[in-house]
Amino acid sequence: MIYSIIVLALSVIMLVMALVAIHHKSLQIAVIASGIISLFASVVYIFLATPYVAITEASIGIALTVIIFFYVLNKIRHSDAKE
Amino acid sequence: MLRNSLKIIIIAALGWIFFFQVYSGYSSRDDLNELSTYYATEGLTEVGAANLVTSVVVTYRGLDTLGEVTILFLTALIIGLMLKVERGGDRTQVRNSSEFLVTASHVLLPVIFMVGIYIFINGHLTPGGGFQGGAILASTVILMLLSFSNNKISHKLLEIIESVSGISFILLGILGVLFAGGFLDNKILPLGEFGKLFSAGAIPVIYSLIGLKVGAELSNIILGFNQIQGKDDKSV
Repeated sequence: MIYSIIVLALSVIMLVMALVAIHHKSLQIAVIASGIISLFASVVYIFLATPYVAITEASIGIALTVIIFFYVLNKIRHSDAKE
Repeated sequence: MLRNSLKIIIIAALGWIFFFQVYSGYSSRDDLNELSTYYATEGLTEVGAANLVTSVVVTYRGLDTLGEVTILFLTALIIGLMLKVERGGDRTQVRNSSEFLVTASHVLLPVIFMVGIYIFINGHLTPGGGFQGGAILASTVILMLLSFSNNKISHKLLEIIESVSGISFILLGILGVLFAGGFLDNKILPLGEFGKLFSAGAIPVIYSLIGLKVGAELSNIILGFNQIQGKDDKSV
């Protein structure tokens, strides 16, 4: 029962973060929101007893995707500043 | 306005139909199906990996993993083709990274690197494996690029690592055909003691090769992004 409540709460947070990622004006906050979705998805996978999928979500969804987004955003800002 | 509300109504109707179908037809089953039962009961003695998922991913469904690695290789190849710039073009001066990032990277880089290697070497014992460990290795490369912006990471070395590990992966699979039950069979090496690092036959070797290959490929993609910026610098 307590697990279901935790999973439900995490899912609600994920939905809110998805809306933030779509509708927020700042790109940085949108990227972080999508990272938070992955973070809570990874926790939900742990509750669903699939640690393999959880670690995949953690390594790719949280670390690699977010850092690549920030890297490319940084690059774009650099080249915009030059022009 | 009318069209928007029409869209919402259609989406809601489709959603209701979908969820109603799922909900009315849903009944949880507590027993495993035939294939899962086979994996769960025979996997331990046949493969000897403590992590059953790994025994399925690397041995029983090894060909699928080879396909995934091939897809990733093709993706890296296509991105490299799109981002093709002259190799070794000198990058002009870039802004120095912030002090916080540089200091934190000095502390964190070795740790993250070790975690990545740990995950793919222990793929047959703990959750995780080649793809996850490779992704973590690639994130250390991107962190290196961000914090030590003047350092150059050798494209050539990454390509050599990638090709050597890819070829060895295929060769191990062919060895399985020659000396054991079939393609990518893990019994070409002794199964060893259950739960130890050197156990489960060829699985740790195969997963380490996959990890190195995935890490080198993803790093190469990121380095490609970096070089396209180098080209822009020169043209400006």
